[in-house]
Amino acid sequence: MSVTLSLPTILARLADGQTTLEASGATLGEVVARVAERFPRLAPRLQDERGGPYPFVAFYLNDEDARFRGGFGAPVTDGDEITVVAAISGG
Amino acid sequence: MPAAPTQAVLPEELVAPDSSGEALRVLPLQCAVCQAEYPPGPSAICERCLGPLEPVYPAHRAWPDRAAIAGRDRSLWRYAEFLPFEGAPTLSLDTGLTPLVEAPALARKLGVARAWLKNDSVSHPSLSFKDRVVATAINAAKALGLDTVGCASTGNLANAVAAQAARAGLPAWIFIPHDLEPAKVVATAVFGPHLVRIRGTYDDVNRLCTQAADRFNWGIVNVNLRGYYGEGSKTMAFEVAEQLGWRLPTAVIAPMAGGSLITKLRKGFRDFLEAGLVSGDVPRLYGTQAAGCAPIVRLVRENTDVLQPVIPNTIARSLAIGSPADGVFAARAIRETGGWAAAVTDDALSGGIRLLAETSGVFAETAGGVTLAGALALAAEGHFTAGDEVVLCITGNGLKTVDAVPDTVRDLPIIAPKLRELSALVEQSA
Repeated sequence: MSVTLSLPTILARLADGQTTLEASGATLGEVVARVAERFPRLAPRLQDERGGPYPFVAFYLNDEDARFRGGFGAPVTDGDEITVVAAISGG
Repeated sequence: MPAAPTQAVLPEELVAPDSSGEALRVLPLQCAVCQAEYPPGPSAICERCLGPLEPVYPAHRAWPDRAAIAGRDRSLWRYAEFLPFEGAPTLSLDTGLTPLVEAPALARKLGVARAWLKNDSVSHPSLSFKDRVVATAINAAKALGLDTVGCASTGNLANAVAAQAARAGLPAWIFIPHDLEPAKVVATAVFGPHLVRIRGTYDDVNRLCTQAADRFNWGIVNVNLRGYYGEGSKTMAFEVAEQLGWRLPTAVIAPMAGGSLITKLRKGFRDFLEAGLVSGDVPRLYGTQAAGCAPIVRLVRENTDVLQPVIPNTIARSLAIGSPADGVFAARAIRETGGWAAAVTDDALSGGIRLLAETSGVFAETAGGVTLAGALALAAEGHFTAGDEVVLCITGNGLKTVDAVPDTVRDLPIIAPKLRELSALVEQSA
């Protein structure tokens, strides 16, 4: 499955300055793992040592918080848009 | 998960914050998770681990004594040493120092020795505790040379940013869920900001705002100015301690949305303890939420650090944050102080608003109803003792959410302007 993954500026510098990446995978976790493989310096910002998500980093799958769809286990389909947002704001 | 940063220790040589009239400066920042340090700036995210950034107070800063504070202007700036600046602030100088109202009838209902309401429903200028955080954030925006401010809001923050930006002459971009209470929309729009309604929940608004902060050079108060913004909440704790005669209550009950207020109350009480302004222990902190959006209550009651977001379904829209950024820290503050958390139904919170008004003369918005109904639920579960002295944080004004208490105006009598009819009515009501 081919999807796009959008990064905040703070992370884009770890992905050769790209804020939008093309990626693939059957689940969100697979997409993240493959992006992490391509950009090793970005890897520890997207996933923890066990390959899981951090509490301060939210992944949105087509505008929906991926945690509502199984987190890194959420299935992705062709053309999906994944957005990475630092979950800092609020209140 | 690592602990939130601790206060700087008092060193041997102490220096008061610079208030010589030089340009205002904000303090540097440090990651609350990995402790990485950053220069002052409009940034709230750690580049290493994406954790939240908090200001670092200089180790040589001198704390004021009680007399010095008591002699200052009646605003939150009387606690300037505990706020993240060097130099004198110039904006929103009259925010803070809201009343602490004793509520003996509520004390009896809660089964405690004494109870007070920290009444931010009359906060200046926009009738909610968000005036405090915006007062610090807007000064930070000015210090950092940002010429536009903004926020994502469930209503009260929108009111506060719009009012204080208008007064400061700053353009404001304010983002709210499309279905916010009309009073909160009007009380924002009237100040003339760029007010944008978003089709979605607050969490959707919040995500867009986070992306906007990344794209535009704006000071989004609760996004890229969050480190400076949050410190304003500490002033609620400072005021409680001073207004109680320089002592601490045994318990504080506060509503929770993003979870920041609870964490900053603890930090504020700790600040005063470390400065020697009060003695004793940080009060037990209790958090309340509406049952239709209670992710932090779940964290506390299930003793977990894994936040499960929810889709909010409650009339308490000011608390309707399904993915609270500070939820884990708030739950930890509650557990570590020996407190607890409770969620209440919409019916219960509506009853809480009425009970608060009828017993204390304070008309709170839905969050206040959640606080009082939550306090009653906590009392029923045995969390308070007969010797407790508790403070309930009332964070917003009831005129903003009048639809939450529709029963109050049903079946009101209408009579002719005749004494005979009034006499009959009085007789009937006896």
